[in-house]
Amino acid sequence: MHSYVTISQADRRPMYLQIIEQIRRRIAVGDWKAGDELPSIRALAISTQVSVITVKRAYLELEREGVIVTRQGKASFVAEQVDLSSQLRREELDQHLAAAAQIGRELALTAEELIERMRAQMTEGGEKS
Amino acid sequence: MTDLAIELEGVSKAYRFFALNDVSLTLPCGQIMGLVGPNGAGKSTLIRILMSLIHQDRGQVRVLGRSMPEEQVAAKWQIGYVSEDMRLYGYGTLGWHMRFVASIYPSWDAPYAQTLLKRFNLRTEQQIKSLSHGERAKATLLLMLARRPRLLLLDEPTTGLDPVARHEMLVELMDVLRDERRAILFSSHNTQDVEQISDQITFIDRGRIIDSSDKETFIEHWRRLKLEVPGGFTLPSFAGVVDVSQSGHIATVTTNAYSDELVRAYGNAGATVHEVQRMTLEEIFVANVMASRKERAS
Repeated sequence: MHSYVTISQADRRPMYLQIIEQIRRRIAVGDWKAGDELPSIRALAISTQVSVITVKRAYLELEREGVIVTRQGKASFVAEQVDLSSQLRREELDQHLAAAAQIGRELALTAEELIERMRAQMTEGGEKS
Repeated sequence: MTDLAIELEGVSKAYRFFALNDVSLTLPCGQIMGLVGPNGAGKSTLIRILMSLIHQDRGQVRVLGRSMPEEQVAAKWQIGYVSEDMRLYGYGTLGWHMRFVASIYPSWDAPYAQTLLKRFNLRTEQQIKSLSHGERAKATLLLMLARRPRLLLLDEPTTGLDPVARHEMLVELMDVLRDERRAILFSSHNTQDVEQISDQITFIDRGRIIDSSDKETFIEHWRRLKLEVPGGFTLPSFAGVVDVSQSGHIATVTTNAYSDELVRAYGNAGATVHEVQRMTLEEIFVANVMASRKERAS
């Protein structure tokens, strides 16, 4: 069985976040389309060699964001309403930006300096992928 | 009927220089539990009690719904136990060992044994004494897995294995969990293996369980906070703070009950929170052991 998701030990983010990000990307690039059935939690855990509880956590989070829906019992599907998920993602981003702005004020950075740092982060993130 | 693979209630066992003290634990079917502890913590003693190789002085032990040690014969058909000090016959071939185990256990799955031979790159005509350490560990695991036991008790299964053999072993262990009626308890020093495949994690030190919970809870509740503290200011103590180390204006706070409120509480107290760091399971383990020892010493 091939793996849908790969976990990096060098990635400092917790494993459930890595899984969430990779599933979002699968959906974004169109590998998994609206209404498609996702692998079961247990199947994904086994193919990734990650505990069931970690995959369960990732699915719950994706469900909360509206990216996937779980119908009676066990099967999970890619949500039809993809707009809803991007809305939630934007709200989440705004929260992170607000936190960044707060720290910026504490460090007495100007808006320009903060934007410059953000730009550097974007470039760094682009080189990684 | 029970859906608990393991149930320990107030289990104690005393030796002259070591005691397992009042251990209570449960492991539901369909899950993997990692048992983490320093050398001499009591991991092997605990696993040997579950296997009824030694008997508890006090407390209830139930394995797959069977009371141990009274019903150990019935339970053992369905338990697969592997430990580091397990010996195979050096002059026997792997094939001889497979026929031997198959002759005892009706549950022996010959096609699965063949699949495992291929996956582990082992051959039946190999003599045990000609195998490397890693091959021997895989051979022992094969002899146990091919019986398809419902509960796997593994004492340090990955110790001394190279990264490839370790990976192969973890793949097979995860594969066992396809069947939700099965369960695995394994002990390890390797917190990376434990963090990766365990649903439940139990920390043990000096014969006591110091913490036991599902992995996500562990990872979510432990954090390190980097604070800047005004000169001549002593940090107030908040609930759930396990350790504070301060030098100059910088303090590092370790907590096992992280929440946004804690960050706000430090802010209101006059400190500036610069960073909130997640901790690896290894860091959580060490902090947990040190905190527990400090508490017991005071």
